Amino acid sequence: MKNGMKAGIVVFPGSNCDRDCYRALKAVTGVEARFVWHRESSLEDFDLIILPGGFSFGDYLRTGAIARFSPVMNEVIRLGKRGVRLLGICNGFQILAEAGLLPGALLRNQGLLFICKDIYMKVERSNTDFTNKYEQGQVLRMPVIHGEGNYTIDEAGYHELVDGEQVIFRYCASDGSVNPSDAPNGAMGNIAGIINREGNILGLMPHPEKVSEPIMGGEDGAGVFRSLLSVLSV
Amino acid sequence: MFRVKVTVMLKRSVLDPQGAALERALNACRDDALSFSEVSSVRVGKVIEMTCDGNDAESVKERMHSLADRILANPVMEEYTVSVESLS
Repeated sequence: MKNGMKAGIVVFPGSNCDRDCYRALKAVTGVEARFVWHRESSLEDFDLIILPGGFSFGDYLRTGAIARFSPVMNEVIRLGKRGVRLLGICNGFQILAEAGLLPGALLRNQGLLFICKDIYMKVERSNTDFTNKYEQGQVLRMPVIHGEGNYTIDEAGYHELVDGEQVIFRYCASDGSVNPSDAPNGAMGNIAGIINREGNILGLMPHPEKVSEPIMGGEDGAGVFRSLLSVLSV
Repeated sequence: MFRVKVTVMLKRSVLDPQGAALERALNACRDDALSFSEVSSVRVGKVIEMTCDGNDAESVKERMHSLADRILANPVMEEYTVSVESLS
């Protein structure tokens, strides 16, 4: 086993979950990540790049729209296309969608409210690099903290996602049943997280880094980091 | 019925952080396909569309001006334009 994995956490002006990601990664996997300033234009051989939550560039224009053009993103896109694992959490998911690395878009929450609460979501697929430490169908409890998490895509795109088994997490009730009323933001098909077709880029709205140690009141998010470690440190 | 369109912009003399952030991002694009260094003075505002009952465009416009002046815009820091178009 090599000494962990090389992880980078991109910091945009307005990122505010970057340190949470750093701490979670370290606590769960022992890996010391490197913070990557958004102006950096060449990246080392990372195994994992995290785009953290926050309000990059004040969410001006559209969430993630300006961050998508930060110098670092050319490199993130290049590495992502080469198979490097990319994990976008919340604003990071929005940036991945704006950059075209994941399909669809995140609209303003149905109901218009900014949501900050714990939700339940179901692991739809446990055979990915990001979820292999979870059980298929496992129900996780995690916080969502966003104003624009209403995932949407056209009809054809939605079927492509479902047929390609790219839907990884769906909002659900505590018993695991999936009904539209369980999607806190109105997301199409209760989608909370999706993966790209190649399986190396995952975006999700809930925050695994905020429930990764017992002291945080839950460990349901730790599985994401454990899963990545199990794939990347061998 | 009339269609009313109110455009609200920050006054030129007021700093527009959204416009400034957008301008910097556009100018800094390094993507080969997307280089917008020729763009400057970016300002971001909002457009508010409504339909409005009324008898004639002139009186509707007058009323919508006072709506814009009192609610939709803050004349201390913003300027606005009102356009009225008949729908019938």
